[in-house]
Amino acid sequence: MFDQPASDWLRDSVRDEKSRGVFRVHRRVFTEPGVLALERERIFDRCWLYLGHVSEVAEPGSFVARKVGGRPLIFNRDRSGAMHAFFNSCPHRGAMVCRERQGRSNGFVCPYHGWSFASDGRLTGQPLPESYAPDLRGDPSLNLHEVPKLAEFRGFVFVNFDGAADSLENYLAGACEYLEIVSQHGEAGMEILPGSQSYGARANWKLLQENSADGYHANTTHATYFAYVKARDGAVLNNYVRGGFGRVRDLGNGHAVSESVGATPWGRPVARWIPPWGEAGKAECDAIQRRMAARLGEERAEIICKGDRNLLIFPNLVVNDIMAVTVRTFSPVAPDRFEVEAWALAPKDESAFMRDMRLRSFLEFLGPAGFATPDDVEMLELCQQGYAACSAVEWNDLSRGVLDEDGPAPAKQDELQMRAFWRRWHSLMTGAAR
Amino acid sequence: MSAVSRAAVEDFLFHEADLLDSWRLEEWAALFTEDARYLVPATDRPDDSPASSLYLIYDDHGRLVERARRLLKRAAHAEFPHSRTRHTVTNVRLLENGGDTARVSCNFVVYRSKREVMDIYPGRSEYELLVSDAAGFRIRLKKSVLDLEALRPHGKLSIIL
Repeated sequence: MFDQPASDWLRDSVRDEKSRGVFRVHRRVFTEPGVLALERERIFDRCWLYLGHVSEVAEPGSFVARKVGGRPLIFNRDRSGAMHAFFNSCPHRGAMVCRERQGRSNGFVCPYHGWSFASDGRLTGQPLPESYAPDLRGDPSLNLHEVPKLAEFRGFVFVNFDGAADSLENYLAGACEYLEIVSQHGEAGMEILPGSQSYGARANWKLLQENSADGYHANTTHATYFAYVKARDGAVLNNYVRGGFGRVRDLGNGHAVSESVGATPWGRPVARWIPPWGEAGKAECDAIQRRMAARLGEERAEIICKGDRNLLIFPNLVVNDIMAVTVRTFSPVAPDRFEVEAWALAPKDESAFMRDMRLRSFLEFLGPAGFATPDDVEMLELCQQGYAACSAVEWNDLSRGVLDEDGPAPAKQDELQMRAFWRRWHSLMTGAAR
Repeated sequence: MSAVSRAAVEDFLFHEADLLDSWRLEEWAALFTEDARYLVPATDRPDDSPASSLYLIYDDHGRLVERARRLLKRAAHAEFPHSRTRHTVTNVRLLENGGDTARVSCNFVVYRSKREVMDIYPGRSEYELLVSDAAGFRIRLKKSVLDLEALRPHGKLSIIL
């Protein structure tokens, strides 16, 4: 795929010249089919990838079927309560054995020849078994195949297609702290709400990771959203004061977070009040924070209730804890096409009123019909179309704040989080790390 | 209030479609009552409530008015320059008739062209129409359920269905 000169090109695709204040990425990384093939091998087949949330398979027998890293999987809880991730492909001839998106079942029956499997993946039946060799029923290779690694951290469940991969917690590194914060919103734990936003873009998948915590684009790409919030609540985002609204942190292994406290104009269901929620909503926000302070301490409660966090977990998970909490994962289909699945995460014990406010708040910005996300999709597609000129205009510039990135508080509008992604991407793609 | 005719309802829905395709969006928003809602459920949970499940669109009157205004701005980037749309409304049925409210269902197909790509949004809408002799019809509820399993390859729903 990559002969020697091409490998040289790949090594030179990220120019990280910190001392000069320069960080550039070659635009061919968004357009070349060979790059995507290598990403599948060196990134999607080796990194921990988000599968789902424990609340989606809360009951024994519950399952969801979804693609992860391009592969069809079944995520379920067996009758004894253990979680599994199976490849959704019959070990006999390959048909997908689960055709529903979600449900509850004690097992799966392949629709092609009728092989049946228990919820723990064991082969339990083959029509006309007498024609098979006597030992075949006990052959474990004829059970549903489990994904090599499955692990959970604070309710977030990940898989790894590499059986030799390091532990999930080591992989998540500094991101553990932020997944913990988002898992603490609810006293009784968190749950994914019903309803998924399934969309995508005609653009390269890496552009969404760049976009999902990009503070610099807010005032231009989302001018109409901020105008709406200002007209409604009188609240303003001042994005043009450098360092004025938070910081970004490199969390290791390509993960990063952009965070601030109290600096953004939207409401947070946990628990930053805005006028449309009325006096009752204000009392409820105050009560949520008081209870949380008693549970987690004043400082943590302030961070959770009044703060915002855009968390990027390499390579393709975003947990944006902003005007609501969205969990968003995405996968490439082609160099110029990706798919997104996004959900709302919420405290299990939330009142019906705050749940309603949360869902309204989510949709004012987020999702393929929100007041902001469609414009993000548009920007990614405009970039992708612009890359048709990449033989002439070769480099993307991601140098913002590079001279200060080792300082105490890289600004939220800087591009450190993108550089963290690209440095990891580059070391995996060139084989410097695995 | 006497029962309304299907022809009158169809005329009203065709008028709404024409306002949308002509980008007369503020006139479109003015068709709605002050307590109106405009809803589009997630593609996997069409029957759920927007107060407990994640939707694509859960607009009250204030937000649907702003949706219309926002889309007319140059900085509503996904719709600048405006896409070309064609709303086709068929299979109109009166589900409840008589009194001051009519419940109506119809099928729709919306074609959207932008930057030489066409996306197609098929589905079914349910309307609750407030009927008055003086003002004709006003929309109290418009719920549009997409016959798509995902917004792919569309990637977004930046227009009004």
